[in-house]
Amino acid sequence: MSETTSNPIRDAIAGAIAENPVILFMKGTPEQPMCGFSARTVAALQALDTPFAAVDILPDPRIRQELSALSGWPTIPQLFVDGELVGGADIVAEMYESGELAEALHAEQPSDAPAAAPAGADPAPAPLGIENRLS
Amino acid sequence: MPTAAELKTRIEAAIPGASAEVESPDDVHFTARVVSESFAGMSRVQQHQLVYGVFDGELGSSIHALSLKTETP
Repeated sequence: MSETTSNPIRDAIAGAIAENPVILFMKGTPEQPMCGFSARTVAALQALDTPFAAVDILPDPRIRQELSALSGWPTIPQLFVDGELVGGADIVAEMYESGELAEALHAEQPSDAPAAAPAGADPAPAPLGIENRLS
Repeated sequence: MPTAAELKTRIEAAIPGASAEVESPDDVHFTARVVSESFAGMSRVQQHQLVYGVFDGELGSSIHALSLKTETP
């Protein structure tokens, strides 16, 4: 389903979104987030024990530019599930707290889940990584 | 430099029936709660996109961060 185009970065982003059921575009890496909003979003995913792919948008400004053009979403992070934009840090936190995130991810809401979204301080097991072909 | 009051005015002017509460400790990072009938039937992503659209091109530059909560009345 590849089409000829002059925009390889946008194609790579669209491909990564299509190929990974759960993919987070963020600043930094899950192990070392470079922004509080990205850190909080990673923490919510890790609290649900969901494997996810992560793409660091920082190495090349064109990644962010093309991603936002593609998604219609101006800020980072951006979480996609099954090819659909779920939201940024605020929506993910809100959905985590209400249990909707677990539902969207087909994950178990931990019974000892804190009422508020996790702060993102604890290092957690490394999530599934994807090769970052975008930089 | 935008102020919280300015963001409130612009959100309320751009989105029909919207009522916004906007706070900012530094006029760079903002937290907004927006209530509007217009959000009915929209996904959260669409609701936030509607608000982001008010500040097209300013998010990430003069408005460093805008934390959003959207609701219907």
